[in-house]
Amino acid sequence: MTQAGLAQALDFRAAAAGDAPLVAARRRAVPAPGADPIALRITGASKRFPGVRALDNVDFDLRAGEVHVLFGENGAGKSTLISIIAGALKPDWGTIELRGERIELHSVDDARKRGIAAVFQDFSLAPDLTVEENIFLGIEPMRGIVLDKRAIREGARHALEAFGFALNPRAVVSSLSRAEQQMLEITKALVTNPSILILDEPTASLTDRETTALFRLVATLKADGAAIIYITHRISELEKIGDRVTVLRDGQKIDTLPIAEVSHKGLVELMTGRPIGNFIPRIRHEPAETLLSVSNLSTRNKRVRGTSISVRGGEVVGLAGLVGCGKSEIGRACFGVDAIESGKIEFLGIPVPAPSPAAMLRRGLSYIPSDRHREGLMLNRSMRENVSLAVLDTPELARGGVLRRSAERSLARRLCDKLRVRPPHIESDVNKFSGGNQQKVLLAKSVARKTRLFIFDEPTTGIDVGAKVEFYEFLQELVVAGNGVLLISSELPEILNLCNRVYVVANGSIRAELEGDAIDEQKILANFFHNG
Amino acid sequence: MSTDLNAETPVSLSTADKVLAGLKRAFLSGGILPLLILLVISGLFFGLQEPRFLSLPNVLNILRQSTYLIIVSMGQMIVLLTAGLDLSVGSIIALVSVVSAIVMVEVLGASPDAVGLAMAAGIGAGLAVGVGVGVINGIGVALLRVPPFMMTLGMLSIAFGAALTLSSGSPIFGVPETYSLIFGYGRLFSIPAPVYFTAGLFVIVYFVLNWTPAGRYFYALGSNRRAARLSGIKTNRYLLYAYIGSGVLAAIAGLLLTARTASGEATIGQDLVLQSVAACVIGGVSLFGGIGRVGNVLLGAFFISLLTNGMNLIQVESYVQQIVVGVVLILAIVVDQLRLRYGGHARLD
Repeated sequence: MTQAGLAQALDFRAAAAGDAPLVAARRRAVPAPGADPIALRITGASKRFPGVRALDNVDFDLRAGEVHVLFGENGAGKSTLISIIAGALKPDWGTIELRGERIELHSVDDARKRGIAAVFQDFSLAPDLTVEENIFLGIEPMRGIVLDKRAIREGARHALEAFGFALNPRAVVSSLSRAEQQMLEITKALVTNPSILILDEPTASLTDRETTALFRLVATLKADGAAIIYITHRISELEKIGDRVTVLRDGQKIDTLPIAEVSHKGLVELMTGRPIGNFIPRIRHEPAETLLSVSNLSTRNKRVRGTSISVRGGEVVGLAGLVGCGKSEIGRACFGVDAIESGKIEFLGIPVPAPSPAAMLRRGLSYIPSDRHREGLMLNRSMRENVSLAVLDTPELARGGVLRRSAERSLARRLCDKLRVRPPHIESDVNKFSGGNQQKVLLAKSVARKTRLFIFDEPTTGIDVGAKVEFYEFLQELVVAGNGVLLISSELPEILNLCNRVYVVANGSIRAELEGDAIDEQKILANFFHNG
Repeated sequence: MSTDLNAETPVSLSTADKVLAGLKRAFLSGGILPLLILLVISGLFFGLQEPRFLSLPNVLNILRQSTYLIIVSMGQMIVLLTAGLDLSVGSIIALVSVVSAIVMVEVLGASPDAVGLAMAAGIGAGLAVGVGVGVINGIGVALLRVPPFMMTLGMLSIAFGAALTLSSGSPIFGVPETYSLIFGYGRLFSIPAPVYFTAGLFVIVYFVLNWTPAGRYFYALGSNRRAARLSGIKTNRYLLYAYIGSGVLAAIAGLLLTARTASGEATIGQDLVLQSVAACVIGGVSLFGGIGRVGNVLLGAFFISLLTNGMNLIQVESYVQQIVVGVVLILAIVVDQLRLRYGGHARLD
């Protein structure tokens, strides 16, 4: 443990225990009148990785008391830039000035001691420890040589309360949902009392209520003189809380602008470098025969209770609901990932008593998981191997138990072109691609096999607007070709604009079914919180 | 790394940077190059110390000595690819040696002229032991979810104990001479017999790993088991196959070693556990699964044999040799970690 860290933790504890308003009780560098309001200045930052220029001569400045949004496509250099500011990466060239003083950051810990804290998308939580243990990990309050458990408990409780996150301090992290882990991660960053806070897509897995709480918190921090770097792909968010925005593209800075001066369209065009028309295409649905029919389905993990849905060819059916409402689990149960307790599943008119991924793929049903890293891709294998993995048992790719490697290569190349994976290197390991392109590899994998029904689970999380538009076009093609799509999504615009029918899920069962023109935001939201 | 240059400095690479970048790339790609360099350096080192090292008889000797390790390492590699580990290979060798020798001796005792039958029965029994231990390991790891380390550590003890019990702790003599000749001492075009067997097995393993769906599934299991399952792969079945593969390859090594010693021995094989893991890691097989090439494993195993042979020639004590092999193993893992660390951030776009 570091002395400074300890001091801060204790200081925090004092603040938490006392009656001073918690967030304001900080020793933060509030700019004195006349002082340089620039909290952080990056000049000429460049960073190369083998074969790529991730960041190319980027200037960036951050003022105390502002929320500065970083905007750009996947792979534009946002992650590299914040990694440099957070001390996780060293720039090859360029200088960093913190409150006017030239510094070099040697590690994340080093940055933290200087008051720079980051909440990355990849969490830094210890899954087997509790919430309170994680909050004070590395800065544990001590009494002599033993942990001051009471201080940890009190501090954690006060922090969670003050920040407006309803988490049980005694819960083990691995039992928390992704949204809850996100809240914990933010809490953990805030207890170190940072003057610069980096938030990398913090709302990606939060519900509206949690998002509102987070925005309130950000506003308080801002008023208190903290400087916040905020990465998001959601334009509505950017307008709600941002002061200035810096747009990056291909590792270069395109521009820094006050948010009041830019339009939606202008931003997207700056980001992608090309004009973009309507984001979400109107899909022409021509519902045909029923592909999937589920009746009274319950899963063994109790996340799905008595659900009935159906999907026809030529239509997109949406599953809408809050994070954790059980909508993912409905898709997973149909694919045979989550065990079924009772109920019936019929696919193409044939009952499937005990679905398994292998059997469902053979019948023509494919589930595309939301967590690309955990469930979707083999990160340390090539794009070619990822794309072909689910089709190696078909005669197209293996004859008499021997792989047809040239057929595999041409399949990978064809799908790489079709989905516009960039760069088009089919032999590159998947972990070398940006998030949006990894998503494309996953899509390529799903269409490598003859499939009638696609179940997409949160298909656009963490990908940029350009890649989203490409996904919607891809979806349209699938539907026009007569396939069925079950779209599980927490993004309301997707549900509202892409779907022919929508089921609203709450508490593991269907609360409402809306079709065509009846699909409307108010009706969907009204059913989100229904807890019958 | 420098942060001193100001923004106007043109982005360019000096020659030194280029050389460094090249070396780094070679290192990261983890190709065959570093191994070849190691081989050459150690060859030169021992060659200078002891002229006999590079003589033809000794080279053939190293080749023969390395065959057993190569075979075991290939099996170990298959299991490592699935993000597993097989610590029981040494005990499989011991048990196979004892069981096959006992079976051969028994059959010969019943009908002294049936040498062919005795050999066939002994080989069959040995292979059955390999399959059996592999199946138990596989069931434990795949179905019962015992961590591979604990499962195969347990089997190490069980199979070794069984070998000692069956042999009462002493060598079993009476293995037919023909068997020793064909599988141990024989030479064709002055190349030792085990080399041919090893070459054949290498071709088979190479083929399975690179040209069959099963091989691809081993990589997939280690790279991302959940993704493999969602891709319709019967993950438990292929985990089982991996452990059976490792068991069978260890059994074949055991049969060849039995021919070499001309007796059933419960005490052979335990060195090969650590050495096989070391050969794989030196050959670039990731301990976290999903990465590795069998050609490099062959070179890794050959390198370790070269090292032990060289140390024998310059009369390094066998106890000290154990220290050296341990150091080499740890160094190889450190290098593997560095590779992951530096390779991890790289992005293409």
